[in-house]
Amino acid sequence: MQKEYKSVAEIAGPLILVEGVEKAGYEELVEIRAAGGELRRGKVLEVHRDWTLVQMFEGTSGLDKAASARFLGRGVELPVSPDMLGRMYSGSGQARDGGPEIIAEKNLDINGLAINPTARAYPNDFIQTGISTIDGLNTLVRGQKLPIFSCSGLPHARLAAQIARQAQVAGDQQAEFSVVFGALGITYEEAEFFMNDFRRTGAVTRAVLFINLADDPAIERIATPRLALTAAEYLAFEKGHHVLVILADITSYCESLREVSAARKEIPGRRGFPGYLYTDLSTLYERAGRLQDKPGSITLLPILTMPEDDKTHPIPDLTGYITEGQIILDRSLHQRGIYPPVNPLPSLSRLRDKGIGEGRTREDHANVANQLFAAYARGREAKELAVILGESALGDDDKKFARFSEEFEDRFIRQGENENRTIEETLSLGWELFKLLPEEQLKRLKPEQIEKYLR
Amino acid sequence: MAGKIIKIAGPLVIAELPAVKMYDVVRVGDRRLIGEIIEIKTDSIAIQVYEETAGLKPGEPVETTGEPLSVMLAPGLITTIFDGIQRPLERIRAKYGAFIAKGADIPALDLEKKWKFVPEAKIGDTLKAGDTLGFVQETPAVKHLIMLPPLSAGGKLKSLKSGEFNITETIAVLSGPDGREEKIAMLQKWPIRKKRPYVQKLPPNKPLITGQRIIDTFFPVAKGGTACIPGPFGSGKTVVQHQLAKWADADLIVYIGCGERGNEMTDVLQEFPHLKDPQTGEALIKRTVLIANTSNMPVAAREASVYTGITIAEYFRDMGYDVAMMADSTSRWAEALREMSGRLEEMPGEEGYPAYLGSRLAEFYERSGRVLSLGTAGREGTLSVIGAVSPPGGDLSEPVTQNTLRVAKVFWALDSALAYARHFPAINWLKSYSLYLDNLKEYYLSNVDEEWPRMRVQAASLLQQESELQEMVKLVGADALSGRERLVLEAARSLREDYLHQVAFDETDTYTSFRKQYLLLKSVLAFYQAGEKLLRQNKDIEQVFRLPVRAKIARMKYMPENKLAELENLPAEILQTIDALA
Repeated sequence: MQKEYKSVAEIAGPLILVEGVEKAGYEELVEIRAAGGELRRGKVLEVHRDWTLVQMFEGTSGLDKAASARFLGRGVELPVSPDMLGRMYSGSGQARDGGPEIIAEKNLDINGLAINPTARAYPNDFIQTGISTIDGLNTLVRGQKLPIFSCSGLPHARLAAQIARQAQVAGDQQAEFSVVFGALGITYEEAEFFMNDFRRTGAVTRAVLFINLADDPAIERIATPRLALTAAEYLAFEKGHHVLVILADITSYCESLREVSAARKEIPGRRGFPGYLYTDLSTLYERAGRLQDKPGSITLLPILTMPEDDKTHPIPDLTGYITEGQIILDRSLHQRGIYPPVNPLPSLSRLRDKGIGEGRTREDHANVANQLFAAYARGREAKELAVILGESALGDDDKKFARFSEEFEDRFIRQGENENRTIEETLSLGWELFKLLPEEQLKRLKPEQIEKYLR
Repeated sequence: MAGKIIKIAGPLVIAELPAVKMYDVVRVGDRRLIGEIIEIKTDSIAIQVYEETAGLKPGEPVETTGEPLSVMLAPGLITTIFDGIQRPLERIRAKYGAFIAKGADIPALDLEKKWKFVPEAKIGDTLKAGDTLGFVQETPAVKHLIMLPPLSAGGKLKSLKSGEFNITETIAVLSGPDGREEKIAMLQKWPIRKKRPYVQKLPPNKPLITGQRIIDTFFPVAKGGTACIPGPFGSGKTVVQHQLAKWADADLIVYIGCGERGNEMTDVLQEFPHLKDPQTGEALIKRTVLIANTSNMPVAAREASVYTGITIAEYFRDMGYDVAMMADSTSRWAEALREMSGRLEEMPGEEGYPAYLGSRLAEFYERSGRVLSLGTAGREGTLSVIGAVSPPGGDLSEPVTQNTLRVAKVFWALDSALAYARHFPAINWLKSYSLYLDNLKEYYLSNVDEEWPRMRVQAASLLQQESELQEMVKLVGADALSGRERLVLEAARSLREDYLHQVAFDETDTYTSFRKQYLLLKSVLAFYQAGEKLLRQNKDIEQVFRLPVRAKIARMKYMPENKLAELENLPAEILQTIDALA
């Protein structure tokens, strides 16, 4: 039985200072009992010989110095078992769907451990999402971490749900597939949208949901993605599932982190975010991947909204430095009624070239993608020029490229929310669009490919 | 000497431990985590701990080893992948599984493995520090010289063994100047924060040939030089670093993944054994040492990783090799420095970075160079350092980039606009520079072609003119341009698309020899010169733009190196075709 300390000395924001604690460990789990008997949880943030600083997950409102603290001698853990599938948890890991607690196979520390780089298997299994801008241009592969950079008011939730619905790996139907969804400070409606979609498609029976809504304690959000990823690691590396993890919204998560940092009076980095934001985010994102001697995989699809549509804001910026590419949504495409409003030019999948080509998709895939990028970039440039000088000022080639970029947006980028294009359909569409361009300008394509597909 | 932990905050531990030296290694807590002393106060010391500190408690013991953080230098380094404090990741995996366990304690090099030592020195020789005793053929590509350690007193060689030994066994005995015996094993240790001594630094005079056209032709780095690649995410820093690690004509590569993605290291580990060195034909991994401290591994070890890497690189430089070291990314190292500085509550400088950031960066880059190493043989070795920088938001005015630019002599400016258009390598040809062109002129004249420096200047000037003309096109439209201006635009476009654009993932295009670069550039320039000639005769320039021979220029880069003979006549052919129009 652990000692109960009644020595709360200070309470500030989400932090509590407890004095005279013997042997509290760094990062240890703490239970705080409020005077009224209510139980809350927190973790040790800093330990000193004479005092211990505790960060509360559920906030400190209503707590007073009469509260008592118990140090549990272990880190924050998640009980795991295959029965988790189909269940919904709160952002701190308690059952939220009114069902019974699961009978745990084991308890896992939610911080996980770093994967040894020598044990990783390089992700190179092409995932067909049925969305041309992703499959054709910024291909997703199994075990990749590919965030969606969105802006407020854009349909990132619909896009993520469509990916979760349609994602499949060619020629691999029997492997177990599951979804782990972590809601980090999103609204009830947005969370409900995802759940409805999971219910409608039956995905809910193979999904684990961790829900921290906008009105749930903000500090709890720091634990939520770690719970989700711990569940994912268990399903992937112990049960052999291919797990798709969706985390929305990373921006809320980072703001919670900033709140704790500010309460600790740490020296702030850019925009008030703590200097260790990069390290902290990497301990989430780097948990995605595949292992050499385990069958499962974790594919991570974090969603973040860029404050003021600004890609250089620290949250998208640091995310981009850790993840293997990014899918960037574009407001102007959205306003022209194009769904999904993925802007292919700044979007990127770093693992694309290892996941495509002969034997995986088609031998012309890389060249088609590069040619589409180059032609679209030139077309956009030509259109910008036309805005200043008028269309008549464009040369013949530039006119063709401008026309190409319009058709590209209308036929290649635009597709239905339930339209599931195969990779062959996507590539054929690309070749059809190339017919709009003069052949000598198709420099990224190989002559034999032009011979085979363009004629 | 043992003490006690007082306080734990992330990777920083405050402890009571009297009589210690700065930067000595300490063992922290019951799990004996590895840490380093970074501050000494009247009644306590600050320790940066290289491992996860979760679960550590005040009151647990702290013990000093009395030695600074050092690396083990001996056969067994090559092809191995280490973490930031030189723990062997492969053997950690074999012992602890796929995830890195806390407190994993395995020596950096295999102490049991026997290596075949071939003696070369003679009994009775008088040897001094840096002299070779013999060698171990570590891999087909690397002959690992066994040298007297830099701090050896030297003396007369009394005995020297031959045969198979592990790295700690005595292989030689010297009788020193004062008559004392010195036993020498293959293993040396060297503290990572101290540069290894040499006799003299020399100015660099040879290019590090990388097979990357924009680098070799326009912005070369010299062997023993320094280069930096700043760029926003997605602009291709890592691909450039990988390309250099693959194709640079160095004898040995040290690649440091500092705070970057785990999969990138996996990529190197899986790809390098299958790639062949264009010079030796051996697998590239046979000349590579890898250091991986990925972003989710402990932050303090990230700070140490660049020093671990450069010390190993210096060791091979001392053997007389051309060593190239890539650090990806130095920003993560600077951030680790900032994180520790913040936790120490030091007064921050710019953007929260400590005030000593600039001096630390300069110290680090200055460990590069072409040197005359210790020892009577007068071996000459080079160490080139290529550092990636990840400026937040792609903003080059930030402190890490600015401090790096002050010391690095080559600047490859990555440009997101080029990356969006999938022009790779996305090195901006107008902003980048190399300060080695003068040092290397001699080399180009005697090894490439007498024309080469002039061709380079002409190509660079075409690109410069293009950017000015494009401004004009934006204002008045392309129709308003003269024939000469249109020719400049077309020639510059050809330079960009047919020459500078290079596909790292294409089997042939990934590496271009200097001869091929020469032929390719000459062809592009021939097109321009012939066009100029037509203009002088007042002929219509548009007909030149549509000549089929231009398609040949565009396809040249996909011509394999062993068929270069087919390209030899292309520049002449272009001139003739266009002359025919005149």
